[in-house]
Amino acid sequence: MNQSVFRLTLPILFGYIPLGMAFGVLFATQLDYPWWAAPLMGVLIYAGAGQILAVSLLAVGAGMVEVFVAMFVLNARHLFYGLSLLGQFRGAGWRKAYLIFGLTDETYSLLTSRPRGPDRHHEQEVDFRITGFNQCYWVIGCAIGALLGDNVAFDSTGIEFALVALFIVLTIEQYKALKDGFPLWTGAAAAGIAMLMLSPSHQLIGAIVIVTAVLLVHYRRLKDTGATEGANHG
Amino acid sequence: MADMTYLLSFIAVAAIATFATRVIPFVFFERHTEHPLIKHLGRYLPAAVMALLATVFLTRSGNWNAAVPGLDAVLPGLLVVAIHLWRRNALLSIAAGTAAYMTIQQTGFLAGF
Repeated sequence: MNQSVFRLTLPILFGYIPLGMAFGVLFATQLDYPWWAAPLMGVLIYAGAGQILAVSLLAVGAGMVEVFVAMFVLNARHLFYGLSLLGQFRGAGWRKAYLIFGLTDETYSLLTSRPRGPDRHHEQEVDFRITGFNQCYWVIGCAIGALLGDNVAFDSTGIEFALVALFIVLTIEQYKALKDGFPLWTGAAAAGIAMLMLSPSHQLIGAIVIVTAVLLVHYRRLKDTGATEGANHG
Repeated sequence: MADMTYLLSFIAVAAIATFATRVIPFVFFERHTEHPLIKHLGRYLPAAVMALLATVFLTRSGNWNAAVPGLDAVLPGLLVVAIHLWRRNALLSIAAGTAAYMTIQQTGFLAGF
């Protein structure tokens, strides 16, 4: 089973190691702190864009309230991920806290896209392992980057495209499972609108707010027309 | 030597803020798991978020100042779609697309387009 979990998380490995390293290099070259603080941030914070923002906040010696607000706003899209995992994580016991802690974009993508068997307890354990593997890749990347600093010489330019490819593959898989193009067009259109109207750091949250608003209207409409919830209307 | 107390409190505050964004829905909506609206979101939100992430990250991977804007990212993206529809093997699709993107970026052979 572990091997199949590893295979499932391979694209994340190819994305997280170079991105973690990018953060580590940035941390080591921009700041005068010990190298181990970079992997420590990977362990305790575990948020890519958040940690890169943290480097600039550390550099200017930002106040704690500012740090809290900046990190909360930047990561606010996670607020919406939990909404679709409430049932899935139910009764996961001690694993639940870690499953929630580890909800990055990529882990959310894997956990909501993979096929599930009837044994909830088993599936939650697989979810737990996926989350753990992914965080390991991230922390290792942060550590290597911070240790090597400027001396990173190999040419892995573009390898982080693995995450883009993963999102594309999972979009196709979601379509095949749902047999309904509506959420996909909504998501792509929301992303387009957000990218045209918002600055890069606000695009993801902006797009997710638009998507959620459209889904709320969609829900009201289904209710008003009397369509039964969960019915297939593709 | 930089100030360790500042660094450690910084990490603690950043960790709490990030965890808060992840745990809040579980704290406030746990008892509404069976609500039809939550089920509706559970059904459609992942697909919409996936399309959204694919769109945003694909767009960010491309050079939009090129003669054919974004071709360097859209081409490998289309390759991922084609190979995935053909073989439906996630690792194969991702490896092929990533290799194509890396080749394009490192050799710059699309630079003339």
